[in-house]
Amino acid sequence: MRTARAIAAAAAAGLALAASVATGEQKDSTAQEIEKYRAALAEDNPAELWEARGEALWKEKRGPKHVSLEACDLGLGPGVVKGAYAAMPRYFEDTGKVEDLESRLVTCMVALQGFTPEQAKKNPFAGPGQKVPMDALVAYVSSESRGIPVHVSLAHPKEREAYEMGKKIFFYRGATHDFGCVTCHGANDKRIRLQDLPNLTDPAQARKAYTSWPAYRVSQGEVRSMQWRLNDCFRQQRFPELEFVSPASIALSMYLAKTAEGGVMSAPAVKR
Amino acid sequence: MSARRLVPVLGLCGLAVACTSVMQREPAEPSPAQVKAVLASSFQAKGQAKLDRLDQDELQKACSHAGEKPLSPEAAHRIQAEELATVRYPQGGLLGDWKAGEKIAQTGTGKQYNDDPSQPSGGNCYACHQLAPGEVAYGNMGPSLYRFGATRGYTPEMQKYVYAKVYDSNAFTACSNMPRFGHMGILTEQQIKDVVALVMDPKSPVNQ
Repeated sequence: MRTARAIAAAAAAGLALAASVATGEQKDSTAQEIEKYRAALAEDNPAELWEARGEALWKEKRGPKHVSLEACDLGLGPGVVKGAYAAMPRYFEDTGKVEDLESRLVTCMVALQGFTPEQAKKNPFAGPGQKVPMDALVAYVSSESRGIPVHVSLAHPKEREAYEMGKKIFFYRGATHDFGCVTCHGANDKRIRLQDLPNLTDPAQARKAYTSWPAYRVSQGEVRSMQWRLNDCFRQQRFPELEFVSPASIALSMYLAKTAEGGVMSAPAVKR
Repeated sequence: MSARRLVPVLGLCGLAVACTSVMQREPAEPSPAQVKAVLASSFQAKGQAKLDRLDQDELQKACSHAGEKPLSPEAAHRIQAEELATVRYPQGGLLGDWKAGEKIAQTGTGKQYNDDPSQPSGGNCYACHQLAPGEVAYGNMGPSLYRFGATRGYTPEMQKYVYAKVYDSNAFTACSNMPRFGHMGILTEQQIKDVVALVMDPKSPVNQ
């Protein structure tokens, strides 16, 4: 009985496969090749190096106060890293603000370690041949949410406010080219050149895309954070520079994270 | 804004139960001024991209709502008529050099804060359109333009349409994803003529 069913299922799968091959376009085979390439890369994810460095930095006594970040409250209580990223951005009582991971790390570096805000926010993204603490910390904390579903609260009025603001910013078109986030990420099955574009207004696609950031970018040899990703999108939108941990960046992350609600975190993933 | 809006709402609502849904939704939607304030506090001028790029013109304002609720046909027609009226056609012919047009179609830089403003901007046409068959790395945000002139006819009217479409895509499709290359000064008059030639010159590889 079980065998018969298995055979029937296999036959059906075979038919489906044959059908998809028969109707498939060249684009599909290209996409499959890219998937294979991604899978091969993911087997040996260089982000592990950033995660290890980040964990060491988390535990290292740093800053004028010479203390570690181990007492940092990422939302689940002081020192709790496991699952924290999957529930960010979120409202924090102590600052009275909605913070994403990067802005929360800045808060902790200032409050616990005694850095000035300027020091904590300096060089947030690695440059050529230059590693920075923020990338490593982000890689470590996000990796501790692997396998955990995104669950972002909108219970607090400021969380709701950030979500609504982020949504407005997503649809905000401006600058010389009239581009907004929605231009590239508002419709299904679109691509720029050969690069597939996720529709980030669609929960299924948002889950897949959002849960893969931060990510190791092969083309850049770096782990890039969500803050970096947003910064680089606005550059290509011909906007001025999005400031690191700015209110707009956090609001936009809130909108993206909430749309991706329920997606299982796989970051830091590997990207082209 | 929220205070002014809340007062009549509170006045009208005697029963708390009846008000709940209104009260919860009311503060959620930020006003355009609030959105603008958050953006102004979140961006910094860099290179050629100054903060005035955050200021929306009327079209950008109208099209920022389009994502959530589509434009009415009346609004779309009004936008298209207004944008069409801004198109400035060159003196003389509209067909430039298709080879120069191909280069513009392949170039994606221009107007970004890390771009050199002394260099001409590209049109990046291949990012969204199929054009010459030799280029297989083309996007699909816009329709294929392969054999555009060959199938539509090499008429002066069609040349004029293509020029206007590149100059201001919104003259024909309100809230198009395509930039307004002439209207916004991204491409020069000569560059637009070169792009018209890429699409409309019978000798262009696009029409082979």
